[in-house]
Amino acid sequence: MSKSIADLEEIARKCRVEIVKMVHRAQAGHPGGSLSEIDLITALYATRMRIRPEQPDWDDRDRFILSKGHASPGMYAVLAEMGFISHEDLKSYRVLGGVCQGHVDMKWCPGVDFSAGSLGMGLSFGMGCATAARLDSSERRAFVMIGDGEMQEGSVWEAAMAAAHHELGNLKVILDRNRIQNDDFCEEQMRMFDIPAKWKAFGWNVKEINGHDMTEVMEGLDFLEAPENCNGPSILIAHTIKGAGISYMENNPSFHGAAPNDEQFHQAMVELGEVEA
Amino acid sequence: MTRMAATRDGYGQALLDLADNPKVVVLEADLGKSTKSLHFRKAHPERTVSCGIGEQNMLLVGAGMAASGYIPFASTFAIFTERAFEQMRNGVARPNLAVHLCGSHGGTHTGTDGSSAQSIEDLAVFRTLPNVTVLHPCDDVSTRILTTRLAGTKSPSYMRTARNKTPVLYDDIDPDSIQIGKGIELKDGNDVAIIACGVLVSESLKAADMLMQEGINASVIDMHTLKPLDGQLVDQMVERCGAIVTAEDHNVIGGLGSAVAEHLVANKFAPLEMVGVPDRFGESGQADEMLDVMKLSAKYIVEAAKKAISRK
Ligand SMILES: Cc1ncc(C[n+]2csc(CCOP(=O)(O)OP(=O)(O)O)c2C)c(N)n1
Ligand SMILES: [Mg+2]
Repeated sequence: MSKSIADLEEIARKCRVEIVKMVHRAQAGHPGGSLSEIDLITALYATRMRIRPEQPDWDDRDRFILSKGHASPGMYAVLAEMGFISHEDLKSYRVLGGVCQGHVDMKWCPGVDFSAGSLGMGLSFGMGCATAARLDSSERRAFVMIGDGEMQEGSVWEAAMAAAHHELGNLKVILDRNRIQNDDFCEEQMRMFDIPAKWKAFGWNVKEINGHDMTEVMEGLDFLEAPENCNGPSILIAHTIKGAGISYMENNPSFHGAAPNDEQFHQAMVELGEVEA
Repeated sequence: MTRMAATRDGYGQALLDLADNPKVVVLEADLGKSTKSLHFRKAHPERTVSCGIGEQNMLLVGAGMAASGYIPFASTFAIFTERAFEQMRNGVARPNLAVHLCGSHGGTHTGTDGSSAQSIEDLAVFRTLPNVTVLHPCDDVSTRILTTRLAGTKSPSYMRTARNKTPVLYDDIDPDSIQIGKGIELKDGNDVAIIACGVLVSESLKAADMLMQEGINASVIDMHTLKPLDGQLVDQMVERCGAIVTAEDHNVIGGLGSAVAEHLVANKFAPLEMVGVPDRFGESGQADEMLDVMKLSAKYIVEAAKKAISRK
């Protein structure tokens, strides 16, 4: 854990640049949820995950499951930063034959632990990984990132109940609470009321943080790893902003699944400090 | 220039056409912008039920409303309708409740989203359910007409629509000629019959042109209804052409090809070649690229036609 907060912020900034480049190049994809999750995934990979980028299928690696698999540009950017894939590979996002498929895919991309894209599946898969780790007496853990819209899938709650029943202390969820889903704000589509209370009632350890404040993110990850929270599954509810870092994407449901045009792309690069205005 | 349009837009239009009937309700699972039910939602929010990202719930809410005298139209991506398959089986088809399920973005033609979004088995699975009508129209005009007709049926349905634009074939058609369960002969020939659905209907017309240049005269059928299959028309094609090709953006197992094969073996027989996804998952690619990668484009239909003829 030699990386400073400033180091992490710089990695996340670089990843934001890659995210915007990927969706702009492909003229398709999901920038909003990639930008909201990026500070969290950056800190997780750079400071917590026990992984060997040169040996992506190492049996005892921690698993990371991007259950909101549409937000793949964020994960690809981090995998490139960590050395699982090259920055050149990022150009293959949504391109025929490319390592970077539209949705994260374990058959196509080294470092991807689950083929996602259908919401509400990752937590169950993570529970399987955690259960296997326990049977193997392995220290490895399963981290699962879910979306707030995704939480409307009933299967999420089947997994939540089962993981608590089995006291899977090696299963850790990060919720990207960006308040927007595909069509609109979550509040319009399906209100979810008291989210922390729901998870607590399902038997989980719960902590809320600001998912864009790197210091809070690190505290949140400490919480997930703390021995006293390894008695059962834990969830970090990260309050985020969909599209975070690009002014016109922030809090804008239109950028859930739409690419910036050339002018907007330029503006994004300026805002991220990549080019002069 | 041929007008280009996506079938999902025909679905969205049809819901608006149907809105005069106060019993028509629309159910959404956070994909109304994509399936095009959003127009109905804007015009009639009081008759639109948002089910959040919860396809299983949506299907059974539909069943409950159908059992209470409403006519529910529920939509999501074709792939995610499969998430609610058992709900459709036990809660909708078994009690024969007229819930109309529409799966948009069907097939590999849906493109760069990749394999998780490209349903290649929806037509097959829903075809196995008793009472369920299965449709896969080829253009926005016929989608609009067929969707409107569904509202008058007394049993459930599954209709696949496509994300991307394809040539519009029926701009000037008499609506009466588009009926559930009746295939449409788009071109008549007598050497081979190409029976297609969805995005491969226009590819089949292209293939027929290519065949014509080689002196082969093909019939082209738009078989927009997979179930009940228009067996009479298939029989006619067998008699007239003596060789059949099916073409669909769907696994070769279980879809239109299988439906036609099931009919052929029990009736007048002819050699059959099936153009379809070769029992593999898709991947990210542009719509037209996918048709080539999956061996579905016109040139593969031409190959299949020649092979079917050679087997006469
Ligand atoms: C089962 C399923 N239903 C529908 C979709 C289509 N879809 C893709 S992303 C999305 C919205 C997701 O919202 P959220 O989980 O909040 O993700 P984020 O805001 O982080 O992008 C939907 C409905 C899907 N991928 N899977
Ligand atoms: Mg969200």
